[in-house]
Amino acid sequence: MKFVLDAEQRLFGETLHKLLTEAGTPALIRRWAAGDPDRTLWSALAEAGVFALAVPERHDGAGPLPVELVVAMHELGRHAVPGPIVETLAAAVLIDTAGDEELSAEWLPRIAAGEAVVSLAPGPRRALDADAADLILLAGDEELWSAAPDGAVLRSLDPARRLFPVAARERLATGPAVPRAAAAAYDLGVLACSAQLLGLGRALLDTTVEYARTRRQFGRPIGEFQAVKHHLADALTGLEFARPLAYGAALSFGSPDFPRDVSAAKVAASDAAYAAARIALQVHGAIGYTDEYDPSLWIRKVRALRSAWGTPAEHRGRVLDACSH
Amino acid sequence: MDLDLSAVEPFRAEVRGWLRRNVPAAPLPSLETEEGFAAHRAWEGTLAAARLSVVSWPEAYGGRGASPLEWLVFEEEYYAAGAPGRVSQNGINLLAPTLFAHGTPEQLERVLPPMAAGEVIWAQAWSEPGAGSDLAALRATATRVDGGWRLNGQKTWSSRAAFADRAFGLFRSDPAAERHRGLTYLMFPLDADGVTVRPIGRLDGKPAFAELFLDDVFVPDRDVIGEPGQGWAVAMSTAGNERGLTLRSPGRFLAATDRLVALWREHGADPLLRDRVADVWIRARAYRLKGFETISRTDDIGAEASVNKVFWSELDVALHETALDILGADGELEGDWLEGYVFSLAGPIYAGTNEIQRNVIAERVLGLPREGRGGRQVGPGAKRGSG
Repeated sequence: MKFVLDAEQRLFGETLHKLLTEAGTPALIRRWAAGDPDRTLWSALAEAGVFALAVPERHDGAGPLPVELVVAMHELGRHAVPGPIVETLAAAVLIDTAGDEELSAEWLPRIAAGEAVVSLAPGPRRALDADAADLILLAGDEELWSAAPDGAVLRSLDPARRLFPVAARERLATGPAVPRAAAAAYDLGVLACSAQLLGLGRALLDTTVEYARTRRQFGRPIGEFQAVKHHLADALTGLEFARPLAYGAALSFGSPDFPRDVSAAKVAASDAAYAAARIALQVHGAIGYTDEYDPSLWIRKVRALRSAWGTPAEHRGRVLDACSH
Repeated sequence: MDLDLSAVEPFRAEVRGWLRRNVPAAPLPSLETEEGFAAHRAWEGTLAAARLSVVSWPEAYGGRGASPLEWLVFEEEYYAAGAPGRVSQNGINLLAPTLFAHGTPEQLERVLPPMAAGEVIWAQAWSEPGAGSDLAALRATATRVDGGWRLNGQKTWSSRAAFADRAFGLFRSDPAAERHRGLTYLMFPLDADGVTVRPIGRLDGKPAFAELFLDDVFVPDRDVIGEPGQGWAVAMSTAGNERGLTLRSPGRFLAATDRLVALWREHGADPLLRDRVADVWIRARAYRLKGFETISRTDDIGAEASVNKVFWSELDVALHETALDILGADGELEGDWLEGYVFSLAGPIYAGTNEIQRNVIAERVLGLPREGRGGRQVGPGAKRGSG
């Protein structure tokens, strides 16, 4: 038993962090929000191996590698990377598990290579960045459909989350494998979203600690005040205990506990990231409440993702349903 | 990264089998009563006879040299079996680590085996009326005399002292020194001449702790731990044991959480309480995984122990509050859940209040500036520095 990342896994995270720091995501997020879904970063992430994590080797991927997927999504969350990344990763699982070889051969290598942006609708019939996607998936009872935008963009609190109502277009696959595939894709999406939330929360905590060390009021850094300190200590505690749940869930991939474990991770990550966001807003004061201040993009994304890929209430229900004796 | 526990499954099976055969069918009386204390002391002897009272200690002192993972597994099985609370936990979790780090071979041989066997039960003697969170304000003295020391002063909130045999704590041995300097770490018998023990009823009236009045109590040199005058450093070097995993192992919360889920179902699975039950389950699970992470690390967790302490103490309160709310109007009535609730309420207070822990987290983990220094400590240096 060794429940810490190994050197290679840590290096993967550090590599992504460096890549994303150099990419300068705040400007990208604002351009994405304005309707410019530039794929330069998407290609770079594919090059770094992010999308291959959910694609099996026989279709040019490296997956499934759920631990590495958590590492990657934590870093992507830390930099608030825009776009349907969780959706594309989940779609890879959906296509692979649905069992239609032709469909897999058509899409999975392209997903791994970063050539296909895929969206899907995990909850209500709306898909993230549907206008920028090469493929939109809709899973019905025993039918898998492609879909297309069916209405104007819905404005989210997170300006980079461009949601579109979608309608079914073409039937891609049928049979009992479809609902199983949809469930597997959902669970993987929940795990990825949990890791993304942890990264968002960690970035907000780091930014806020730095702000509290330098912002002066009453002749001293505000980080000297216990009222501020205790907020930040609580934010750290929440994140520190949510992280092992995400990695623990990654390690139960493929076991019957996986759905329960990803739900536990999502509840804890949502709560921890949301608390970190509220504390970040409060400690920053008015500047954190502005559209122009970059950390507010992180704050808004946390609120949106808290209820994406299942609400906290739904996931709490899944946890208790799974531990019936 | 993995969570492969197969290597410890034989050990788990052995522990589980022994507990199934030996855990008393009826719960022992509360260990905070004279009768219950005696029953729990006898249970410690039963555990020790199977070499299960201190599994992580070296064999020479009554242990099995178990790995940290085996210890976590032991704790899971112990609490899952509904085995009695550990009356010797202050000695095992607080004093023993200090002795392993600073004790002489003679002290280890003399003190540890009777502790492991439950023959000598230890109480802690840290706080004083004027020194609670601000422990360095302590005033009880140790005065040099021929062959040892004379202790004078008052200690309070001394857990288990009402019925325990011996105690350990810090005393001011250099009257000219202030705060953290000039303190000495000493062990002393609670039945010695000059010691008066006044039991204090905790919130539910049970004498779970006591005041100690010390009037010229003689302590021989062999009962000083570490160097005289270095008591603060000696005590703090193992303070993380109390705040980290050892004082409240994940196993306790996993077992209690399983019972909570069952209680919730027995009482009709009230949907209004569902989220709280789920949260307790999730938090107990998080603490288990965090424990695996902690023992997998090769670096010293240092001040991060404070993160653990805040987490488990608040989890314990939430768990028992939820149980009482499930019990509804019966929640106020005497019973195991109420006993656990009363016990849990002390958690955010002892071993360094959670407010002090949050200061430690903010200053030494996050690197925020210490109070009242005008920000001069801002920078990486702020992460270090002592109490």
